[in-house]
Amino acid sequence: MAAELLRVTDLHAFYGESHILHGVDFKVHAGEVVILLGRNGSGRTTTLKAIIGLVGSRSGSVMINGREAIGLPPHRIARLGIGYCPEERGIYASLTAQENLLLPPPVGSGGMSIDEIYTMFPNLRDRGATPGTRLSGGEQQMLAVARILRTGAKLLLLDEISEGLAPVIVQVLSRTIHALREKGYTIVMVEQNFRFALPLADRFYVMEHGQIVDHFAASELEGRRAALNVRLGV
Amino acid sequence: MTQVFGVPVAVILGQLMLGLVNGAFYALLSLGLAVIFGLMGVVNFAHGAFYTLGAFAALLGLKWFGVNYWAALVLAPLTVGALGIVSERLLLRHVYKLEPLYGLLLTFGLALVVEGTLREGFGATGESYPVPRALQGAVNLGFMILPIYRAWVILASLVICGTTWFLIERTRLGATLRSATENAPLLQAFGVNVPLLMAATYGGGVALAALAGVLAAPVVLVTPLMGNSLVTVVFAVVVIGGMGSILGSVVSGLALGIIEGFTKVVYPEASNVIVFVIMAVVLIVRPAGLFGKE
Repeated sequence: MAAELLRVTDLHAFYGESHILHGVDFKVHAGEVVILLGRNGSGRTTTLKAIIGLVGSRSGSVMINGREAIGLPPHRIARLGIGYCPEERGIYASLTAQENLLLPPPVGSGGMSIDEIYTMFPNLRDRGATPGTRLSGGEQQMLAVARILRTGAKLLLLDEISEGLAPVIVQVLSRTIHALREKGYTIVMVEQNFRFALPLADRFYVMEHGQIVDHFAASELEGRRAALNVRLGV
Repeated sequence: MTQVFGVPVAVILGQLMLGLVNGAFYALLSLGLAVIFGLMGVVNFAHGAFYTLGAFAALLGLKWFGVNYWAALVLAPLTVGALGIVSERLLLRHVYKLEPLYGLLLTFGLALVVEGTLREGFGATGESYPVPRALQGAVNLGFMILPIYRAWVILASLVICGTTWFLIERTRLGATLRSATENAPLLQAFGVNVPLLMAATYGGGVALAALAGVLAAPVVLVTPLMGNSLVTVVFAVVVIGGMGSILGSVVSGLALGIIEGFTKVVYPEASNVIVFVIMAVVLIVRPAGLFGKE
């Protein structure tokens, strides 16, 4: 088994008075693609945010590459080699597409070159001077993924990257995830789109009410489908 | 002689030129205010006090250490900027998460402390700062005799504003600043040290105010309250330009200086209030300011 890259233990997260995560436990090995499943409001997005430090307050343990990150500010956590793509994409309107792409500073060695990124996302190549939010939804999503590949981050946290996109764009993203996996990236994804998620993942965790309630490997999926459909309300 | 509204053209042009000098100071000060507000959401009421400190730094530097004007142009903003960073780290950073009112009250208090300290130490009457030798004298523009120093103020202010605009709109550092204005938490999640960026921005903004103070020292009396009278107008300028808009603060700073100068010719009684009348109209017609985002 590959080394453990991320271990989350008894993670609690709060926004002001609301207690969102109630002791989340899971782990991710280097090179794995892990998907968090669950209904809306089950705490999957908050889990990603809590890992990178974007919640009001948090407790428990987040070990990244053997380093405890629970007490670190977000910029120090990112520099442990994490790339974060938020659900709302977070493309900056006051920056051009090119500026958006170049914005995140390096957090590790061996990030992709601009050329590699444009080969992966040809649609972005001629859009450099366009203001970030003038791009189409699909282009914005590709840009949001592309800009964290430049930084040398080895652990990617991707929140609902297929949401609301045309099938042809979803295919591009699907190929991207496959390619990233080939390159040895470690990926934690939150996904609603089952058909997009299933062929990509090594393992699944299922969340409910701010906790992990189930987990299984991709190979075990078929036998659990019926139960899972009930749980997720698909 | 040619006249417009019964006023000689030469007089009008002269007042417009003086208005442009005032506008240059408005632009420099509102620029720093706009950058600080845009990034930190803080209405920096201490801005006038840092402008005053810049002028005092130049004056005391000259009196105590023989620091000349040109060195003061560099050293005063650096010193005052460092002071700004210290006050940001010690005080201001604690109020970011609270309502904007707290930042306003805190910086207002800071301004009072600075003014009070200067008044205690140096009295309220003030001193004049000599015009540097290379900038003494005047040129005859035909319609007016323009002191060279005032021409220098306009030129320097345009260069400084232009440089700041370029830095923010056209460089990597500027892109980082702009993105912090839009969504700072995400920027920090990308690995940018946002707290450091904020401290540096505050330092940079007040350094601009101090630079304006040094530029102003030879043309106004250096007194503890020199910033106080100016900052009220500058706030009106920022509101007219649009809170947080860099281009807006520069353009409306210069424009309002000119409009003020023009008002002095056609209806001098209104010249002190014209800026505020314009502010009121802008607030009614376009609450986000002329260059602000709705």
